[in-house]
Amino acid sequence: MCLRRNLLEMFSDGKVGHLGGSCSLTEIMTCLYFSVMRISKRSLLEGSDRDLLILSKGHAVLIQYAALVELGVIPRGELDRVKTLGGMLQGHPDMCTTPGIEANTGSLGQGLSIALGLALGYRLDGRSNTIYTIIGDGELAEGQIWEAAMAITNFNLNSIVAIVDRNRLQATGPPDDRFNIPCIDQKWEAFGWRVHTADGHDIPELLEAFKEAKAETRKPSVIIADTVKGKGFSFAEDNPAFHNASLNSEQLEMASRALME
Amino acid sequence: MDRKCLREAYGNTLVEVGRANNGVVVLDADLSKSTRTSLFEEQFPNRFFEMGIAEQNMMSTAAGLAIAGKIPFVNTFAVFAAGRAYDQLRQSICIPRLNVKICGSSAGLSDYGDGATHQAIDDVALMRALPNMTVFAPSDAAETEMMVRAMVDHDGPVYMRIGRSLLPNYIDNSVGYRFGSPTVLRDGKDLVVFANGSLIEKSMEAAATLDLEGISLRVVNVSTIKPLDVRGVHECMRSMRGIVTAEEHSVVGGMGSAIVCALSDVVGTPPAKMIGVQDRFGTSAENPEELMKEYGLTAEAIAEAARELVAETSGKSTMGGISV
Repeated sequence: MCLRRNLLEMFSDGKVGHLGGSCSLTEIMTCLYFSVMRISKRSLLEGSDRDLLILSKGHAVLIQYAALVELGVIPRGELDRVKTLGGMLQGHPDMCTTPGIEANTGSLGQGLSIALGLALGYRLDGRSNTIYTIIGDGELAEGQIWEAAMAITNFNLNSIVAIVDRNRLQATGPPDDRFNIPCIDQKWEAFGWRVHTADGHDIPELLEAFKEAKAETRKPSVIIADTVKGKGFSFAEDNPAFHNASLNSEQLEMASRALME
Repeated sequence: MDRKCLREAYGNTLVEVGRANNGVVVLDADLSKSTRTSLFEEQFPNRFFEMGIAEQNMMSTAAGLAIAGKIPFVNTFAVFAAGRAYDQLRQSICIPRLNVKICGSSAGLSDYGDGATHQAIDDVALMRALPNMTVFAPSDAAETEMMVRAMVDHDGPVYMRIGRSLLPNYIDNSVGYRFGSPTVLRDGKDLVVFANGSLIEKSMEAAATLDLEGISLRVVNVSTIKPLDVRGVHECMRSMRGIVTAEEHSVVGGMGSAIVCALSDVVGTPPAKMIGVQDRFGTSAENPEELMKEYGLTAEAIAEAARELVAETSGKSTMGGISV
């Protein structure tokens, strides 16, 4: 997977980063940027007509950088300058410094509301672009997510597709132990959303869910994607220690080997 | 003097700028009758968004609208605009410098009956602290109208606070008014009072009282708090023996604090006294006058500060015409 390879490039020199939550999104990002979204390198660079992706769980931006590098929107040389003074790639998404980034996020809970504003603005202009928003499962504890979920159905905005990255592990442990949010799918349904589910690492399954979401024209859609935090790197999988961590040389080597297999 | 309602001026001007520019959209959180954005809703229902009682969502929605190229005006009471939705304003609007306009209504102590929870005595401090933010506090209806138009013309986030009280029209009648700069509303030669909002009227009253005592007070309107025209402030305090600042806001972080801070490195700056809410929360009262008195936001308090400055500086060397 080239996105995970790009991701590893950002972890050289003992640099700390949000590896776990980036890895759980790898296949979702791959589907969105290389199949689902109506985008081009040019539209991302020029800000012209395109579908949009808002990464509400902004701490996973490294995997978005990995995708934008593959698209040629971010120069590859920027990868090892991530989170450095004067670098283009900030620790959290910044629409002013980084091409291809559509909004500033990082303080959790705000992305879906931004998508709502975009959808309202686009509707006034008669534009039909789809706005995708990725939310973490731990992030669902933020009340603003539900304010936005309620408002989006109130305004009948069906151009929004939310994706919940259900990796079942937040910074300090599993949400089920730390702060339980039961019946996630029923909650979204109760707010008037059409709920789709998928294995978040199974690309054909994800693509099918995105297809169904796109075909749903009466309601906004949410895809609840079951994922594994740290997916792809055995030492990091389901391990909260890699929510935001550096990799030692041994781990870097293991990770590189895993990508070659 | 004829008094006018700033909220009414705001609502009417929103309609006018909305007519001239169809990019203007308005959001409110179930307070449109009070904020007077209902006037906009009546004229342009498809560009008015009732966001429900969910200020945080409203603020980030405005960010999305701005990214989509619109000019959103976000409306709620000042306590909620600056406080409840502060992080949304900070992250989704101010960091990327988005073109969002925020009107904090019922600012200061003007919502006298509702008490501490509804009285914004800290909104200017919070908004001033945000990089990329412009902060307005108009002093009458005419200036409110000018500021709404300026909000549309300015590319970037702007916060404007307006109170509920009806205020006399001083700006309309002032000579040499310059938008964004401190404007002398009444000249004087001994002391200067920098004020805005409801404290302009109190300052004018204080000046009239002091005149009878042989103390000449210059009254200056400082309604553009950020960016502060420091040069303009310097000009207004030239050859003065004391400075008074007066505002319906906490002395911590408000307009007075901005002025005192801006003058702190100017050699020969005369002493300053700050009239404002003295690091307290608000409280309920039966009428605004009673509340303003309780918090020392009166003409008499301004006059007394001026007298003290005269007493403290008599016989001492002062600015004495130093040009800064």
